[in-house]
Order: sequence, then structure tokens, then C-alpha cells
Amino acid sequence: MSVLVDRDTRVVVQGITGHQGTVHTRQMRQFGTQVVAGVTPGKAGTEVEGVPVFDTVRDAVEKTQANTSCVFVPAPGAKDAVLEAADAGLRLGVVVTEHVPFHDMLVMYPYARSKGMRIIGPNCPGIGAPAKAKVGIIPNVVFQPGRVGVISRSGTLTYEIVNGIREIGLGQSTCIGLGGDPVVGTTFVDALPLFESDPDTDALVMVGEIGGTAEEDAAEYIRHHFTKPVVAYIAGRSAPPGKRMGHAGAIITRGKGTAETKVAALEAAGARVAKFPYEIPALIAEAVRGARR
Amino acid sequence: MVKLAEWQGKVVFRKYGVPLPRGEVARTPAEAEALVRGGKVPLPCVIKAQVLAGGRGKGGAVRFANTPEEVRDAAAAILGLEFKGEKVRELLLEEKLPIARELYVSMTLDRAQRLPILITSAQGGVEIESVPDAQIDRQPVDPFPGLTGYEKRRAAKVLGLSGGPARSLGQVLDALWKTFQQEDAELVEINPLAVVGDALVALDAKVIIEDDAAFRHPEYAEVRDDRTELEEIAREKEIAFVQLDGNIGVIANGAGLTMATLDVLKELGGAPGVFLDLGGTDDPKKVTEAFLLMARARPSAVFLNIFGGITRCDTVAKGLVEAMQQVPAAERFPLVARIRGNNEAEGIALLRSAGVTAISDLRASAQAAVDAARGRA
Repeated sequence: MSVLVDRDTRVVVQGITGHQGTVHTRQMRQFGTQVVAGVTPGKAGTEVEGVPVFDTVRDAVEKTQANTSCVFVPAPGAKDAVLEAADAGLRLGVVVTEHVPFHDMLVMYPYARSKGMRIIGPNCPGIGAPAKAKVGIIPNVVFQPGRVGVISRSGTLTYEIVNGIREIGLGQSTCIGLGGDPVVGTTFVDALPLFESDPDTDALVMVGEIGGTAEEDAAEYIRHHFTKPVVAYIAGRSAPPGKRMGHAGAIITRGKGTAETKVAALEAAGARVAKFPYEIPALIAEAVRGARR
Repeated sequence: MVKLAEWQGKVVFRKYGVPLPRGEVARTPAEAEALVRGGKVPLPCVIKAQVLAGGRGKGGAVRFANTPEEVRDAAAAILGLEFKGEKVRELLLEEKLPIARELYVSMTLDRAQRLPILITSAQGGVEIESVPDAQIDRQPVDPFPGLTGYEKRRAAKVLGLSGGPARSLGQVLDALWKTFQQEDAELVEINPLAVVGDALVALDAKVIIEDDAAFRHPEYAEVRDDRTELEEIAREKEIAFVQLDGNIGVIANGAGLTMATLDVLKELGGAPGVFLDLGGTDDPKKVTEAFLLMARARPSAVFLNIFGGITRCDTVAKGLVEAMQQVPAAERFPLVARIRGNNEAEGIALLRSAGVTAISDLRASAQAAVDAARGRA
């Protein structure tokens, strides 16, 4: 078992003929992922990295039984690409594209949900389950099969932390980079139940950031419903207030959203909170030992 | 994000049908005086500095005038101001209206609910942060089907409006919703929204447009903002550039890794200055561009923290060494580099042979950067 992806994952890469699409199609295949199709309108009949390209997702699904999309389509076309994937009956859409307007996500998210497709991202590194499948752009080298789950709002910081888990010899069950945008298809709270019910996950690393209340909401969920040990890290303890949504935004998150409130909420929920990323491997090793005892 | 000045926000409001006072923009005292003498703005009137910072009323950036002479004098006084670091270049002159009540309405994003949210309060005209929670109403708005009749009726009830003002509120909220959606706004705020006789009038306008939607809105490309030259260059190269108070320049890839890097530097007693976030990329060309941009900010030392997933570390290192040679000797600074990923050992060796402190451990490399900056301070 793993979370959301496994050996039956069949990926269609939307935007496969672009630079990113091509590079990561190769990387995903090297990981062992079944990349069965690519979609770029107007490029049907061609191949990229030996993968057949179709004009539409519907064609790709009919010919290859793809069930998961990996979206590299640039931001102006990302909404259309995701709606198309949802409409073609895919179950999972991993949106790597960055700078997708949140107004577009406000349309994509409910539409995908109504069609039964989960979105991960946008602006995310994707998901990987070692020895099974990877959908997205997390570097192959950081993975190693193991029993630690990882969920993160960051990109490269996730690679760093996943790599740290590998270096101490623990390895991972599934790693999900949720993306750092204001509106994401899968939040911590959406992902936590998947790891709770995954028999291959013994403990979880959760990497958050300042801003928004996703970590506080996750803490609330962990307190009541999550039974496995959690090691958390919040980036941005020292950062000055960055992009703020103006006064009205502060009203919504009133009294939440800072590193302090997130750390306090997670500690109150029983999570061990690392002060710095390099403390995570030792803490998770301890948590895993505790869980097996 | 693109923050519109009040008058720019009101140009948008007019398009969508928000009722506004009669008003005009002036850039000199003579222009202001001519506007009232020519009858374009009726007297008495209010003269408001067009700055982005809040608290204009208390800060002397809003004045009232009853005669053309008073208008000229007030305009001259406000145009001479530097308001919270912002020089006043434009004024908005508007007719003074008999206000019965001041309300608050705004539309923004509720990230947690993944829905737009309508925020209203009967306590308008003050900073919304100072209004107690119990007096603020939050109404999520589903984009499908959009702002509905019952939501508008409910808002009117919450604000204690009926009859003409309630109907007027419906019109205002429709316009607020359209502005939010069609202009790709992060925030659309009217504070105060005044009850004047039987109708509502927007006395202020705060509109913030989302950067990511810029491709749909070429009309905002020219909007004045306060970016410095370096920030502008960074923007063009799609590098996030933030200026802090310290003297250690930081280059990293990804927001999370950048923040984590700052956290570690601070903990070790360092003071991060300019930081550049390359985004999720480890493209060697972008690393080099960032380095050259950083050199122009004249830091005491630079800490580079790149996690390479796709690119090889030696490729990044090579680009860096080449870029270093482009910086004039007198402007060089100590560079501490931490590059993790493929071909790490080769990258480190290359950097060391070029005189760069290259360490793969995060804590140790951050300490080296802090020490290097101290040595120069």
C-alpha cells in the first residue's frame, strides 16, 4: 500500500512537449512510473521519450487507460488543462505549474471534486512512493523505500528533508508536496487521513510554512484523529511578514498564521516540532523507534 | 501584488457600478483650485492624498475645504507631505457628503474554506482590525452560482439596512463581486461605505490585484508601485527579491528552503539582508543571474543554499565561478556555498579551487557565512 499512487498509476503528462514536461517525463520513467501518454494540442501522433502524444486527454484515456495526470501546462492554460483532465475521468491531477491565479483554482477545485478527481497543487513538486510511482518533479535521488510518510507545503525544502530521512537509513512510504499557493487541491487535513489509514506508514513528517491556517487546522485534526507519531517543522520563524492579503486577510486569520501559533498548536496536538530542518531526521528516528516498541 | 491607489480603485468601481462621490484627481495646488472654480468638484470638498498606506485621516493626509483658496492651501500642504515614507504626488478631490452612517464591506479569499468571502460590519470608517469579532460578519460566497439574492438580503439585515439603502447595498455588493472576479482581485474593500440619504456611496476604495493573474490584465502593468531598480530586475528574471535589514545576502531555491535558511542564519546570530528566491528551479543560468544581481546589492557576505534535484551540482558551481569573475575585484565579497544533490563532490571541489567556502552541512555552512559577514563588518 501507499498513498494515492502505486504500481497501477498510469500517468498522462499534460504539456509533455515543453522543456519541463519532457525532462520530468524522463525522470518519472527512470523512477519506474508508468507514463503512458502525453497531451499537447496539435501534437498528436508524435512521441516524447517514447511516450505517445495525443491532442486531448480524452483520446489519451481511451487509448492508454491513463488514470492520473501530471500537469506542466503554463499558468494561462493550466485551468483548462485541469478541467479537461477531470472531465476525462482521471482520479488524480498533480499540478506542477506555478503562478496559477487563485481565482482559477476557485473554479478548478470544486469542478474536479464534482467529477471525482483529486488535485494536488498547483505550484507543487508532486507525489512519490519509492519503488512504486512518482508523479511530479521531486528528485529521484532523495527517495528510498521505507515507512515514514511526508507531507509538505514546500518544494526544495521537501527534497532536503526527504533526503535527510534517506541519509539516516529510514526511507519513505509516500511523500506529498502539497504546494504553497493560497488555494491548493489537497491540504494537510485532506492528506492526513490517507496516511492514518496507510498500513505502510509508521510515522509522519509534516513540513509547514508561515501564513494561512493550514497547520493549525492540521493540528486540530491530529489531536482528534491521527494516531501515528508526527514530527513537524515550520519554516519562517524568523521571516518578516511577507505577502499579506491586506487588512481583511488578517481578519480571517485573526490570532493565527504565525510560526508561534502553528508550533504551539502542533505541540499541543502531541507532535514533536523541530526548530531547524536538520533536527528532523533524529526526531523521526526516535518517533519510529517509539512507534515500533 | 498590485495595490491600486484610491482613485485608481474608484475608476474600477465606476466600471462595475459602485456609487461614488463626484471627484477628480489633481497633481498641483493650482490644478486643485481650478477643479473647484470650474465646478468639476462642488464645495465644500474633501482633499485626500493618494498614498497606499492607511490611517490618512489621522495623519493629516485628508483635509476639508469650503472655498477655492482653502482648497489650494490644503492641496499645497498635502502635496508637501511624505506620508509613512511615501511621497504624495496625487490628490483626490471629492464633494463632501452628509453622512448618516459608515459601514464596512470587503470581498477577499478565505484560504481555509477555498472560497471567496464577503466581510461586512456596521462599524465602518475605522480600521477593521480594531473592530471586535462579534461585530464582523463573514459570508462565504460560492463561485457557483456566485453572489446570490439571499446573501445580499442577509448582508443588508446584518448591517441594519432596509428600503432604499438595502437596495443600494445589493448594487454595491454585485459590483464588489464583479470587481473581485473579473479584475482577479485579492482584496476589494470599501471602508467606509457611507449611508447618504436613501443610498450608499463608497467613500474609499482599496483594490489589490493578484500578481499571478497579470497575464489577463495588461492594463495594470503600468500601475505605479514602489519597487527599487534591483527589485524590478529581479521581477523581470522571475526571482523573488526581498530586502531585509541585515548584511548577509542569501540565495536559495524555493520559498520554504529560503525561509529555513533565514531561520538558521538568525539562530546563529547572523543578520540576513537581501534574499533571493529562485523558486523551485536549480537552473544554473538562473543561479548565475541571481549571483550577479546579488553582487549589485553590495552584501558583506553571501550565503548560497541550493538543493539541486535535476541539475548537476558541478554545472551550477561552474556557472557560479564564471559569474564571480565578472564582479570587479573591489566589489567582491566572501561567498559561502552549500549545494546539495547530484555530483555534489565535484561541485564542492570546483568551488573550493575558486576560493569559495563550500560545505554540505547546513548548520556548518550557515555558521561560516555568519563568520564571514562578521569579518567584514
